[in-house]
Amino acid sequence: MAESLMRFFRKENESASTQGPLTALSAERIARHSTGFEAFSAHIAGSEGLTVLDLGPTSPRNIQYLTSLGHKLYNVDVLAGAADPTLSVPAEGGGSTLDVERFLAENVNFRGRKFDAVLCWDVADYLQEILVRPLVERIHGALNPGGVLLGFFHTRDAGPDAPYYRYHITSASELELQPARKRRLQRVFNNRHIENLFGEYRSLKFFLARDFLREVLVVR
Amino acid sequence: MWKARTEDKPVTVPTPAAGSPAPGASVSAAPAPRPAPTPRAGENFRGEMAHIGKSVLIKGELSGSEDLYLDGEVEGNVDLKQHCLTIGPHGRVRANLRAREIVVHGKVDGNISGEKVELKKSAILMGDISTQRIVIEEGAYFKGAIDIQKEPRGDNKREIAVASTPGSALDFSEPAMPLLEKKI
Repeated sequence: MAESLMRFFRKENESASTQGPLTALSAERIARHSTGFEAFSAHIAGSEGLTVLDLGPTSPRNIQYLTSLGHKLYNVDVLAGAADPTLSVPAEGGGSTLDVERFLAENVNFRGRKFDAVLCWDVADYLQEILVRPLVERIHGALNPGGVLLGFFHTRDAGPDAPYYRYHITSASELELQPARKRRLQRVFNNRHIENLFGEYRSLKFFLARDFLREVLVVR
Repeated sequence: MWKARTEDKPVTVPTPAAGSPAPGASVSAAPAPRPAPTPRAGENFRGEMAHIGKSVLIKGELSGSEDLYLDGEVEGNVDLKQHCLTIGPHGRVRANLRAREIVVHGKVDGNISGEKVELKKSAILMGDISTQRIVIEEGAYFKGAIDIQKEPRGDNKREIAVASTPGSALDFSEPAMPLLEKKI
C-alpha cells in the first residue's frame, strides 16, 4: 500500500520536478497554530541552556526564538545536504543510489554533541527513502534520554502536490509557513510506519491538524 | 506679492569634484560645477579599513589591529581582536575568525567568534558561532552551532535581529487534537 502510494507520488511529480526553475523563497507566509510545537515548547521552556537541533533550512526567526530562551542551537539543513548531486553513486545492480555514509558524515556528524530537543519538521516526508532510517538512528544516538523530537508527517489527503514549506517559529504555539523551492513528497507515512520508524524511542504522541499534517512529538 | 525673491533661494556652493584642480590652479576653462558625489556607506566603510582584494590568496595566520575587508581567499586563522572583519561577497575563507565584529557576505568554512556577528543574505557559513549579538538575514545559509554568550558587566540583554519580510496571516488551521499516545 505504502509502496504503491510512493510510486503514485513519484510518477505524479516527475513532470512537476522537471518544469522550469525551482521556485525561489516566497515572501508570503501563512500563520498556523501548532499543538505539537506547543508541546515541544513546554519541554524546552522549563530550563535554560539546552541544546536544540534544527534540521530545517536556516531560519533567523527560529534562531532568534530558541536562543532568546537561553538555548544553544545546532542548525543543519538535511534536505539541502541530501540534494547534493555528488552523493549519487552507481548501485550494485545497475542504476544509481546514494552514498549514505557520506551523507551522514557530511550532514549529521555532530562530533559527539548531544541534544535535548530536535526540530525535524517534515524532513522525513521529503528525504530519499534510503536516508530516512539512518537519519533517525543517528538522531537517536545524539539525543539525550528524555529528549524530544518534533516531526510533521503529511496525511494521504495532502496529495502529491503538497507544497514544501519552511517553518518559522513565531511563538510558543504558532508557526509561520513560508512556501519554498519545490521538493518532491517522497511518501506518506501512516501511524504504524511512524511508530516503526521511531521504534527505539520511548513514546510518541500524535496530533492531527486540518491541513493534512500529523504532528508527532517523540520522546527518547 | 507671492513671487519668490531671488535672495530667498538657497545658495549652493559648488564642491570641487575629485580630481579637479586645486584652488588657484591655472585653468583655461572652468569646469561646470557638479554636485559632489555622495559616497555610499559601503565605500566609505571600506575606505577606512585594510582591504584584501578578491585575487589574493593567503595561507596561514592573519592578525592585525585595524579593521579588515577581506574579499579574497584565506586558509588558516584570522584574529583581529578588537576590530571589525568583513568577508566580502567574493571572500572564500577556510579559517577560524576572531574579531570584535564580523560581517559575512561570502563563504566561510570555520568557526566564528566575536561580540557581534552578521550573516548577510549571500552568506554561507559552515562552522560554529560564538557571540553576544547576532544578525542573520533571510537567505543566509548556516550549518553549525550557535552559542549566544551573555554580555559581560552583568548586562544580559541579547540582540538577535531578524531580517525577514512579515507575511500574510492566513490562519487556516485550528488547534490540533491529540489522537493517541503510543507507549512503546
